[in-house]
Amino acid sequence: MTDSRPVLTMTGISKSFPGVRALHNVDFQLFPGEVHALMGENGAGKSTLIKVLTGVYGIDEGVVTLGDEQVAFSGPMQASAAGVSTVYQEVNLCPNLSVAENIFIGREPRRFGAVRWGEIRRRARQLLTRLDLDIDVTAPVASYSLAVQQMVAIARAIDVQARVLILDEPTSSLDAGEVAQLFRIMRQLRDEGIAILFVTHFLDQVYGIADRITVLRNGTLVGEYPTAELPQLALVEKMIGKELDVLERIEEQPRRELAALEGGTPFVEVSELARKGAVAPFSLTIHAGEVVGLAGLLGSGRTEVARLFFGADRSDRGEVSVNGKPTSLRNPVQAIEHGVGFCSENRRAEGIIPDLSVRENMILAMQAARGWLRPIPRRRQDELVAQYIKALSIRPANPDLPVRNLSGGNQQKVLLARWLITEPRLLILDEPTRGIDIGAKAEIQKLVVQLSDGGMAVLFISAELEEVLRLSHKVAVMRDREMVAQLDNDDTVDADRVMQTIASGATREEVTQ
Amino acid sequence: MTTTSLTAGPRWARLPRRHVPVLVTLALLLVMYAVGVSQYRAFSNVQVIFNVFIDNGFLLVVAVGMTFVILTGGIDLSVGSVVAMTAMVSAWLLQSGLPALLVLVIALLIGPTLGFLMGCAIHYFDIQPFIVTLAGMFFARGMCTFISDASIPITDGFWTTMSQYRIGDPRGNFVSISVLIVLAVVVVAAYVLAYTRLGRNVYAIGGNPQSALLMGLPVGRTRIAVYTISGLCSAIGGILLSFYTLSGAPLIGVGMELDVIAAVVIGGTVLTGGAGYIFGTVLGVLVLGVIQTLITFDGSLNSWWTKIVIGGLLFAFILFQRLIGIRYK
Repeated sequence: MTDSRPVLTMTGISKSFPGVRALHNVDFQLFPGEVHALMGENGAGKSTLIKVLTGVYGIDEGVVTLGDEQVAFSGPMQASAAGVSTVYQEVNLCPNLSVAENIFIGREPRRFGAVRWGEIRRRARQLLTRLDLDIDVTAPVASYSLAVQQMVAIARAIDVQARVLILDEPTSSLDAGEVAQLFRIMRQLRDEGIAILFVTHFLDQVYGIADRITVLRNGTLVGEYPTAELPQLALVEKMIGKELDVLERIEEQPRRELAALEGGTPFVEVSELARKGAVAPFSLTIHAGEVVGLAGLLGSGRTEVARLFFGADRSDRGEVSVNGKPTSLRNPVQAIEHGVGFCSENRRAEGIIPDLSVRENMILAMQAARGWLRPIPRRRQDELVAQYIKALSIRPANPDLPVRNLSGGNQQKVLLARWLITEPRLLILDEPTRGIDIGAKAEIQKLVVQLSDGGMAVLFISAELEEVLRLSHKVAVMRDREMVAQLDNDDTVDADRVMQTIASGATREEVTQ
Repeated sequence: MTTTSLTAGPRWARLPRRHVPVLVTLALLLVMYAVGVSQYRAFSNVQVIFNVFIDNGFLLVVAVGMTFVILTGGIDLSVGSVVAMTAMVSAWLLQSGLPALLVLVIALLIGPTLGFLMGCAIHYFDIQPFIVTLAGMFFARGMCTFISDASIPITDGFWTTMSQYRIGDPRGNFVSISVLIVLAVVVVAAYVLAYTRLGRNVYAIGGNPQSALLMGLPVGRTRIAVYTISGLCSAIGGILLSFYTLSGAPLIGVGMELDVIAAVVIGGTVLTGGAGYIFGTVLGVLVLGVIQTLITFDGSLNSWWTKIVIGGLLFAFILFQRLIGIRYK
């Protein structure tokens, strides 16, 4: 890496969209055999840079050089033919086709025009062996986990003799074990001399794998640093500029005390609640003003628990009481009547309606609660929306903008506002900070603290243990669709302990109290 | 986490799943045939099967084209009208004295041209296939009546030969030439879907058009191609129909598109696209044909029973596909 020449150089890149300067005079270098992290908040220009590189967008100014040649790709296909392949955050494969076909479709080996299936399967097996993946290549891609699909996408990308592999947030939906597997493959490809451009929001991952870091902010280059010479705090500072103190304030928050809350009546209490095939029976009590964290790996049943609390799935056994009165949560309407709000994990598919404006998206749940025959007066809408745009510092602060034009973090805030407007007594947040930048993340964390201080109960689900520990009074740990432990978040609990619990299951006396 | 734990289960439990719908249709067909044989002595005659092919050959060809369209997640409502228009144009041109070969070429060009245009409208203007092909359906049907509002008989020598020539065995069982054409279309279509890039792209688009685009597949070209293919199949179907009836009638094949869609779906092709086989479509058409034959053999049942049975079957099959689909996801 030291004496070799860069495989890819981008010099003086500028790109504007109507009304927005997305990139301004950005330089970027990528060497063979390195993992290079591209960091920046949402809207810093990371995706624009990638899209400019792969020809999705044209370049306004600047030069891209691949090897010794100046290039300007007309699209991702041409880019990948030249050795620049991209794997996107959302796995872009055809679920109905086999693993092997997904790797080769569009460039199948053929004889006299006929696709050579045997050859395809053989080469697919070869390629996946190289990635240390032993799966049946004839099975449809949809029958494998997201992680495996991600690897298949990478296999597809590197088959074309890739020199540059771009991984655009590949880890955002993987659990820890899967991330480790992905990293192993990344290291292996790096050692084979492939240059990897890695985009992620997870700082730990950057320090786990990246050799160098390039930081963008507001479409301009902040700088390029060897990972070893850039402490984590400095990186964050460079990414978000002066807003860093927000994060630190939350870091300094004392551990949340559970004792004070236990005296009051629980807001919701479930015992032996279960749904066949989704969650094993569990009991959980949430007090007013309490934040209960739900930790566990992807697929451990966290979301399933949340959906039971919201009535999105029906439990098939167990009892629920709200405010000490036995009741049931059979459907979301009932849950909403009881004051439960649910921000779903999948904000694209289940939450935000991209074509509606910020105002309409925010007002949705409240309107639903009132019934469609009693529209909320426009003035009241304006008041509420203005209030929450301000409270959550949603940017741009324009209630009439379609939500799809907002960044991920701001979309998440709009979704939050939708539920906050209904003044829920229990707010379920499923991965509210996934895939959003660190500034927005800090704001959402701060908000959770404020809300619970104000008496709202929160069920907080996150894959990031630090975040769960920072906010929660109590941490419930899920493993294999079973709630294996509930830990009071005191000084004895830290990320290691939770991780051990996840890894080993619980010592039985800790289960349900 | 070890790599082996990521695999999706034993091979035997998974592999047949995409074949399950076709196998179920096959089982259904065999059961229906067995019922027929056990009830009516003459049903076991080989000619009964041949007749199913002779009577439904044009339907099968059209269904093959429809299979391409449905595999991409689209739909083509124009097929029945295009069949009628092709037959109508042939009869009209023959009546006006054009040589048979020229008529054949012209008639075979109309369908694909209309299909191509509809495909372009669907792709370039991003309009739902439903509405574009609905427009095509009205247009083609209107053209039929524009040519003539009465049936035009065909007396051309080539046509009558094609209609009456029998290829048979010594025991008197026979098929028409049309059946051979139908089989040829089926084989070619099955090959195209399984072994050519065009065919594989059809499946890919049906699976996830967005991904297909990002994988660099020619989505637009493929989409236009399937409607053109469907148009071509409808044109061939129209010619076969005119061989069969020796006439062009403006109101023939009304509602045929719905029979065709039913046959394709019963044959195991999923309406949302991405899964299905030509072989399944063949079975689907045979199921329809055998139902008709059974009802004819019975003699006492009204022919509307065909529709009722098809309706029931169709409903059962989409429910079934849904259940499989849920497990699949």
